Amino acid sequence: MEKNIKLLQGNEACVEGALAAGMNFFAGYPITPSTEIAELSAQKLPRIGGRFIQMEDEIAGMAATLGGALTGKKAMTATSGPGFSLKQENLGYGCIAEIPCVVVNVQRGGPSTGLPTSPAQGDIMQAKWGTHGDHPVIALYPNSVQEIYEVTIDAFNNAEKYRTPVILLLDEVIAHMREKVDFDSVKGKEVFDRKKPTCPKDEYLAYENTEDLVPPMADFGSGYRYHVTGLVHDQFGFPSNNSEIADTQIRRLLNKIEKNKKDIIKYEEYKMDDAEVAFVAFGSTSRSAKESVDKLRSEGIKAGLYRPITIWPFADEKVKEISENVKNIIVAEMNLGQYVNEVKRVSSDKCKVDFYGKINGHLITPTELTNFVKEAIR
Amino acid sequence: MKVSNVVKDNFREDKLPHIWCPGCGHGILMHAIARAVSNKGLDRDKVVVVSGIGCSSRAPGYMNFNTLHTTHGRALAFATGIKMSQPDLHVIVITGDGDAAAIGGNHLIHACRRNIDLTTIVFNNNIYGMTGGQYSPTTPTNDYGTTAPYGNIDKTFDLCDLAKAAGATYVARSTAYHARIIEKLIENGLDNKGFSFIEGISVCPTYYGRKNKKGNAVDMMKSLKEDTIDIRIAKKKPELAEGKMLIGEFHNSEEEEYTARYDKIIDLFEKE
Repeated sequence: MEKNIKLLQGNEACVEGALAAGMNFFAGYPITPSTEIAELSAQKLPRIGGRFIQMEDEIAGMAATLGGALTGKKAMTATSGPGFSLKQENLGYGCIAEIPCVVVNVQRGGPSTGLPTSPAQGDIMQAKWGTHGDHPVIALYPNSVQEIYEVTIDAFNNAEKYRTPVILLLDEVIAHMREKVDFDSVKGKEVFDRKKPTCPKDEYLAYENTEDLVPPMADFGSGYRYHVTGLVHDQFGFPSNNSEIADTQIRRLLNKIEKNKKDIIKYEEYKMDDAEVAFVAFGSTSRSAKESVDKLRSEGIKAGLYRPITIWPFADEKVKEISENVKNIIVAEMNLGQYVNEVKRVSSDKCKVDFYGKINGHLITPTELTNFVKEAIR
Repeated sequence: MKVSNVVKDNFREDKLPHIWCPGCGHGILMHAIARAVSNKGLDRDKVVVVSGIGCSSRAPGYMNFNTLHTTHGRALAFATGIKMSQPDLHVIVITGDGDAAAIGGNHLIHACRRNIDLTTIVFNNNIYGMTGGQYSPTTPTNDYGTTAPYGNIDKTFDLCDLAKAAGATYVARSTAYHARIIEKLIENGLDNKGFSFIEGISVCPTYYGRKNKKGNAVDMMKSLKEDTIDIRIAKKKPELAEGKMLIGEFHNSEEEEYTARYDKIIDLFEKE
């Protein structure tokens, strides 16, 4: 049988994954290094009866994405640091109004305009706390072109399942490099569509405190007329200042993610069984860490790699467990220390947590990591 | 049509009364929109009303359609996503002078330019009411606001001129005093297959009126009658127009609508 394989760029694989997940609407604004995602979406969507629009700015790109999602579409937008900053207010709107969509952030060097064509991992905390107020976040971060294809489908599935925006983090390196993608790898993978109401139209509660915490969502135009607002609202969707309602609704938003962590959290472990030193790394940095693991092992150091694919929610229990089984944890990120603080928050006192960071626009190399580990465990 | 039916058919009666101050013009404009929708016989399930943030933007919550109260200034951007993704929906945008012309100005320009089929009604009360009376892009020069304690030094913005220049295919203005006229203008806007911009001059006796000694709500409403003149009369007798604000239909042209243009691209591939 002929294999269904293509050589693709990371950003292209993202669009292919989105289409495999059912994306039929894209609204965005050009920004390096994410632009290919918009370009390919513009090319492909009308061919399948979907729609693409280039908006006047990043804020509008996020707003139109949410608008499209409200009519029942599977909607995506893509950006990079400066645009991700601009999208934050409407991203929060998507969280409180519970509108499923995917927001891709191809990270580049920051702050501000920063290093537009260089990789960075400086938006890890922004992905979690970028928009104001307490809100749920799902953020995923693949590390190869193949995995971008697969994880983009997961991003849509999580958005639809939990009725929330999902952030797909990439970095300039994995977004622009080319690798083989085997499209058959997702054969049999479930594509999830949002739960829709089946109740009589006058009984629909768009923000009902359902047992599974994810109320069904009606499409605008389907006959279920309801109200959507960014104000704290009751089960009908209407604004409320009632403190009990505010507490219940905001806690439900957070709990629908918190209580489904098992389903949402995905990670990869490499040679962790007998590891004494564990890397925690994601995205392109994790590829260097993996190579460093092999190098260290060839020199007799029992190294391993824990690679979160789900960056948020944080895998508290898993990281805690690792910290109880190894002597050292090395967190490597292309920033000056973001995820490391989460790792330290949950790690056992018996485990030494060290940080290796870089912000000059260059990748963290395996050699740097290998040398750093030797120093750290001395 | 009986007024009571307009309320029954188009409003969420359990959400009334509205939050607007006594004497505010917004309720009249909101009711005019409801009448226009009824007159046009639009299927309410297919009507979406989108707003931003501010006094005007609270209107959709009272209206019994698919309603979306978005973020400050972004109503048109959300509405564009809705219309573009599902062109069979009738999308009405309710916004204010600050919402549409200050924080949302860029979206207004580009929605006009695209000629996307949205009917936008700006409730212009010349002030930021929700936050307590700060000057807006349409506060007249030299008037007062809580952030213009020594008089507003900004030039006031003619939103209809802006909309027309940016490419809107239907542009009109009337006031909360001219309730029947603005109803008709909104109907025309709903008829127009393209971007329609209707400015509804409202009154804010609580903040703008009090700060600028404009009298009570009735005085302000009267001035909407006395200080405005229909553009058709003004053209015939320019001497009557001196010092008055023009109202009426300013622009009405036929141009291909945005989503229809995109449909043609989709059609190219359907034939393949």
